[in-house]
Amino acid sequence: MTAADPSPLLEVRHIEKRFGGLTALADVSLTIRSGEIYGLIGPNGAGKTTLFNVLTGLYVPDSGEFEFAGRNLCGQKPYRVVESGIARTFQNIRLFGNMTALENVMVGRHVRTRAGALGAILRTRGTRDEEQSIRRRAKELLDYVAIGRQANAVSKNLSYGDQRRLEIARALATEPKLLALDEPAAGMNATERLELRRLLEKIRGDGVTLLLIEHDVKLVMGLCDRVAVLDYGKKIAEGEPAAVQKDPEVVRAYLGGALP
Amino acid sequence: MGGFTAELERLRKHRYAPWIGLACIVVALLVLPFVLASVGTAWVRITNLAILFALLSLGLNIVVGFAGLLDLGYIAFYAVGAYCYALLASPHFGLHLPFWVILPIGAAVACLFGVLLGAPTLKLRGDYLAIVTLGFGEIVRIFLNNLSQPVNITNGPQGVTLIDPFRIGPLNFSKTDIFAGLSFSGPIKYYYLLLIVLVVVIVINLRLQKSRLGRAWVAIREDEVAAQAMGINTRNVKLLAFAMGASFGGVAGGIFSATQGFISPESFVFVESIMVLSMVVLGGMGNIWGVILGAVLLSFVPELLRYTVEPAQKAVFGRMLIEPEVIRMLLFGLALVLMMLYRPAGLWPSKTRKREFEEADQE
Repeated sequence: MTAADPSPLLEVRHIEKRFGGLTALADVSLTIRSGEIYGLIGPNGAGKTTLFNVLTGLYVPDSGEFEFAGRNLCGQKPYRVVESGIARTFQNIRLFGNMTALENVMVGRHVRTRAGALGAILRTRGTRDEEQSIRRRAKELLDYVAIGRQANAVSKNLSYGDQRRLEIARALATEPKLLALDEPAAGMNATERLELRRLLEKIRGDGVTLLLIEHDVKLVMGLCDRVAVLDYGKKIAEGEPAAVQKDPEVVRAYLGGALP
Repeated sequence: MGGFTAELERLRKHRYAPWIGLACIVVALLVLPFVLASVGTAWVRITNLAILFALLSLGLNIVVGFAGLLDLGYIAFYAVGAYCYALLASPHFGLHLPFWVILPIGAAVACLFGVLLGAPTLKLRGDYLAIVTLGFGEIVRIFLNNLSQPVNITNGPQGVTLIDPFRIGPLNFSKTDIFAGLSFSGPIKYYYLLLIVLVVVIVINLRLQKSRLGRAWVAIREDEVAAQAMGINTRNVKLLAFAMGASFGGVAGGIFSATQGFISPESFVFVESIMVLSMVVLGGMGNIWGVILGAVLLSFVPELLRYTVEPAQKAVFGRMLIEPEVIRMLLFGLALVLMMLYRPAGLWPSKTRKREFEEADQE
């Protein structure tokens, strides 16, 4: 396993998020370094997805801030966050179901391309070239996640595993520095999980830092360089998987006293 | 028989087949007004109105069909364009600007109104957006009805009369000219002009649909949160849909003003918005050709009824039992119910839209 670059890519400081009387996130701080695979684990309702939504601009935190690649992104609109280099997938797969796989990935190129209405109407040289490069890149990405053959399939008709892969390809199309995956292995069988793990390692090998929410302990422990554990909106442990696994607090809160 | 179909199939696959087909359509469209004029000039006017509605439907198709924003007040932009033309080219203010100056102004003002409607409704979806747009359409009409006091701007319910026709140099669109032995009446000239505008609008629509922007619209319609997460600035992209749809409405309104020579707020009632929306839905949301089909059908069928129902009833019953207008609404309702039952995606839907009504292949 490659040693992670020690420079911080994402620095989360004292994030707090409340929904009415419920505190979903309480004083959560963590640091993700460039090039690592960082796992976020915790029981259901611990606030993992809430943290994702804060980091991707869908929620504005009540207090605290986070800095990504040296820029304070707190309270920014989602499209600004994507522009800065954070892309995400969703727990309950949110593809553009009636578009083809290729079109889905082409939408992902939106943020890195510029053609406007006028260019489209006049079909200028620049627009046509850009459109071609969007299509080419989208095809490459489908091949990259090994669903190139499904390019023209309607995305809602893809198998579950392929839909997950497509969502990753679509997120990669935005050229992220940090790819945030919300339970990518959910609903996958053992073979698919193994393939997913290989894919994620390949993505990391190509210079993308990964943030991963996952319930599959085996996957997290095998894949992640470091993990943080959330419980009732608080970070109760952080560190290398082996160390966290033995943390008595974690054992009590999350793993229910017994380890696999 | 078998040999004939095989021959037909071979012709269909021929390299030049699409071009020959296109040439046939072009010739048919060029000859059409003269054929119609021989039946009656009224039919040329009806055709012109059908093309105007096709323009409106194509504009609304951007908002509803592509971006999925239900707009029930679209006729307001038509009204804005029409009044822009009427006020800048009539004795009402004594202004007589040429049409090629006013049409861009009309488009720009309608575009501004589009943004005006779009900006406060960005966060609304579905039913809520529909209610606000409905209100907007009514507000514009009521303003037009009442802006005769304290300063007379719109001349209130009486409307604006004596609106200038289009003029290109010596060519006056309200007079009949004889070219090469053919009599070009006013409506026929407008027909050709409308045809050119329609072709331009179709090309713009087709190009937008296949562009980065077109994809962003469809993405927003499919899943707005995911679209945001893909880096689409949903605010700007939605506003652009409203603005572009509105400006098409504005241009159509300007031409409407010129062809009629008279407009009043009566022409821009809520039912007209519903009519245009029905054309889009009936034809097939999101598909340019479907939308045009819807506009042509809903413009022509009522007129055909008007000309057939009355004689038919007189022949059968000896007198009129049901007014053509009543039958029109009955058939219209029946058509919509049948559509919802048998072709919910429209007569000629877009591929993406059609898929929405199909279950996913898997569980």
